[in-house]
Amino acid sequence: MNDILNTIKEAVINRKRKEIEGLVDDAIEAGIEPGLIINKGLIEAMDVVGEQFSADDIFVPEMLASALAMKLGLAKIKPFLKSGDQPSMGTVLMGTVRGDMHDIGKNIVNMMLEGAGFTVVDLGVDLTVENLMEEIENLKPDILGLSALLTITLPEMERAVREIGDKGLRKNMKIMVGGAPVRKAFAEEIGADGHGADAVEAVDLAKRLIGK
Amino acid sequence: MLIVAERINSSRKAIAEAIESGDDAVIRHEAKIQADAGADYVDVNAGAFIGEELARLKWIVEVVQDTVSLPLCIDSPDPRVIEGILPLVKKTPMINSITLEPFRLDAVLPLAAEHGAKVIALCQSSEGIAETADQKVRMSHALVEKAEQAGMPQDFLYVDPLVYPVATNPQSAVATLEAIAAIKKEIPDVHTICGLTNVSYAVPERKLINRTFLVAAIVRGLDSAILDPTDKKLFGAMKAALAVMGKDEYCLEFIEAYRAERIA
Repeated sequence: MNDILNTIKEAVINRKRKEIEGLVDDAIEAGIEPGLIINKGLIEAMDVVGEQFSADDIFVPEMLASALAMKLGLAKIKPFLKSGDQPSMGTVLMGTVRGDMHDIGKNIVNMMLEGAGFTVVDLGVDLTVENLMEEIENLKPDILGLSALLTITLPEMERAVREIGDKGLRKNMKIMVGGAPVRKAFAEEIGADGHGADAVEAVDLAKRLIGK
Repeated sequence: MLIVAERINSSRKAIAEAIESGDDAVIRHEAKIQADAGADYVDVNAGAFIGEELARLKWIVEVVQDTVSLPLCIDSPDPRVIEGILPLVKKTPMINSITLEPFRLDAVLPLAAEHGAKVIALCQSSEGIAETADQKVRMSHALVEKAEQAGMPQDFLYVDPLVYPVATNPQSAVATLEAIAAIKKEIPDVHTICGLTNVSYAVPERKLINRTFLVAAIVRGLDSAILDPTDKKLFGAMKAALAVMGKDEYCLEFIEAYRAERIA
């Protein structure tokens, strides 16, 4: 059993996007618990990939290719999850604040969060506080992720965090922020629950925020 | 992108000398560095040895096959040489080349079909080399038809539209590029291949012209090339062009070549 799980783990680490689905099939056929395949195969692999990226051993596209392999594997397992199984690490609502059209970095974070087992709902770019609040009430996410890539849209981020708090929507939801001009000190100043400097930090942060 | 590695060619002085003196170490080295650099086929050519081409080429084939496991590209205009080499190859080879000239076409195509070999087909007939894009495309259709009659699948054929020097024929590279695009569109299963050195004849910094031409050709759909894979700038331009053209998902091959220090 460990051999099969290790093979899956290695396949994700080595970006074997064409092989991963077959390997997951093998694991399911061998009777391995779906939850175990996710945790010991896919998620452990992405932990390694995250470490490789943080150590500058791999480039962003290599990390994304691993995340894609992970997603393909996850999609293959989902139909086999029982209701008692934990299908998701949690739900993250993601979006870029009003006045800002940038989404490349946010999309990378999305892929990595999905790679780590989160369910990600991406609202896109140029989001008003009203847009955000409406979706928070609809979806009741565990985490809200806000992105900004311009210094001139940082005040929008500040406003969003403040008004969402004023509305009382932060009781069961954490807020994490990121983007090139977003610094840790700024994140603290506006009262966000955390800040990730890159996609790997964002994933670590999301796990911490939901206590995993 | 299929790469035919061109360095073992008797028109190069160092290679001709090694063949002359039977210095197999030189040939082995050339085979190895090209294999390490990412070649798919190793071209072998002894065409400079008129009258003893077959004997010399047999020796090269033996040495190369003893050194690397890659398949060979048998490079000779002479059907008898090709016929003499085919029984010696360990892996299904490529043949370089045929033209529409009957003495090459009629002799080589049946051999290629019999051995399951891939064939490089030049846009050249008894009347000469195709010059305009239109001529090149018409000759490509004729070559495909002949190959099909010989029982060869379309994707075993690598059409070389040929290119004249831009120094002497200013519109020549454009004609070749347009032909590549048209062949890709009209005969999608056929491959296109091109040698790169002719285009830069008589200009300084030839390699810069060569690799610029390669990039342009890849943009138009070229899917194979005869080149020196150990030339890091050329190889790098090729890998970059493939990434830019969306033929290298997540740039993984580009990054791999970078890590292996094969691009510059």
